[in-house]
Amino acid sequence: MKLAPDLGPGVRVARRLLGLWLLAPGLLLLLSACASGPQANPADPLEPWNRSVYKFNDALDRAVLKPVATAYQESTPELVRQGVGNFFGNLEDAWTTVNSALQLKGQAAAESFTRFWVNTLMGLGGVLDVASEMQIPRHNEDFGQTLGYWGVGAGPYIVLPLLGPSTVRDTAALPADWYGDLVTHTDDVAARNTLIAVRAVHKRGRLLKQEGLLEGAALDKYSFLRDAYLQHRRNLVYDGNPPEEPMIEDVEPEESPAK
Amino acid sequence: MHRRVFHRLLAAAAASLIVMTQAFAPAQAADEGADAMILKLSTEVLDSIKADPAIKSGDLSRLMALVDSKIMPHVNFQRMTAASVGPGWRQATPEQRKRLQEEYKILLVRTYAGALQQVDDMAVSVKPMRAAPEDKEVVVRTEVKGKPGTEPVQLDYRMEKAPAAERGWRIYDLNVMGVWLVQTYRSQFAQEVNAKGIDGLISSLVERNKANAAAKKG
Repeated sequence: MKLAPDLGPGVRVARRLLGLWLLAPGLLLLLSACASGPQANPADPLEPWNRSVYKFNDALDRAVLKPVATAYQESTPELVRQGVGNFFGNLEDAWTTVNSALQLKGQAAAESFTRFWVNTLMGLGGVLDVASEMQIPRHNEDFGQTLGYWGVGAGPYIVLPLLGPSTVRDTAALPADWYGDLVTHTDDVAARNTLIAVRAVHKRGRLLKQEGLLEGAALDKYSFLRDAYLQHRRNLVYDGNPPEEPMIEDVEPEESPAK
Repeated sequence: MHRRVFHRLLAAAAASLIVMTQAFAPAQAADEGADAMILKLSTEVLDSIKADPAIKSGDLSRLMALVDSKIMPHVNFQRMTAASVGPGWRQATPEQRKRLQEEYKILLVRTYAGALQQVDDMAVSVKPMRAAPEDKEVVVRTEVKGKPGTEPVQLDYRMEKAPAAERGWRIYDLNVMGVWLVQTYRSQFAQEVNAKGIDGLISSLVERNKANAAAKKG
């Protein structure tokens, strides 16, 4: 799977449009870029600002979301949580179908489409993941990845209030992802907000274990999360198979067998 | 009676013969691909952990013994540490380098120990590899499948051909879900080295490890 370098005038126009779209947040970033410190990471020119948003999110998380998610994790049986996860995962499959198609990935689009209907009709509206039992693989695509596929670079790292780690590209993709999220199309406002809240709690609950891992592995949680997030997103854009970059290594491997 | 003893002796001789032929077949071992080696190694390690209730319940010294005996011989940990530390490695004394490797190893082993509770459901499969036979460095891609219904975890390895005397391949970097270990730790370590020097990095690692050990107990 390669990036299409040039698929003709249509693509070029599309790229230009995307570029324009990205200009607005880009300008905003430029304005605040001068705030970066002396040891700035090139992928993170907004580090001081990002760090303060990170701190804010972290405090809010500790005060509200984490306790609720912990209670949810402890009070619900595994089976219920699996059903909840399946339900929201199924809604994601619908948007994955659209984005796979936008990336001209025929098989992935067909599989995601099949998953969505099989699970909706035969899996009680998505609560049961019948499609996985049928060995139809799940894919992970969103509009940020679609932009990445068409050559839009990730841009600087940006920590969004409440939403957490992102990049300029993924932030620009948010309105589309929001639109493609079936939950937001629920007519009843109360029901919609409930769904959004339940989903947030569920997702946070699943991260509790990984969070412990991050806590133990990192010397600085902020930059660890940032570097892991940026690599992980790049990996997703390339569907787990990014062009190989040699390991950065400015130290000559030595022959000494000392251990 | 004598007959039985004789049979046993014969069986033992046959067994040792098989062991010897395997031990003295370097050509075969050298030809083993990096992907085959990873599959063998991961299956072996997973099986030993599955069979060891002490490791599964979080006995870190048992896990460390397993890592030292089974995994470390297949890892170029000096290269891994040097690349993670970056330019600062060049200025480090041999003693500092040794300390860095020790503490880094503890940090990593403890991190991965946290993922071992679900080991019973784990199985590893290796993806097709794109590499030429003459390649000295390759990337082996694997997938760890957990419980049915959970998504498989991508786990990749950078491997280098070991020096002729040792044969086979050695791991020098790994990638979990698209995140490379060395690249990620490089900026973690650089922050410390820039602020407090090599000794500062060592003491930060020591502190981190102490805090992790305390958190484990508490």
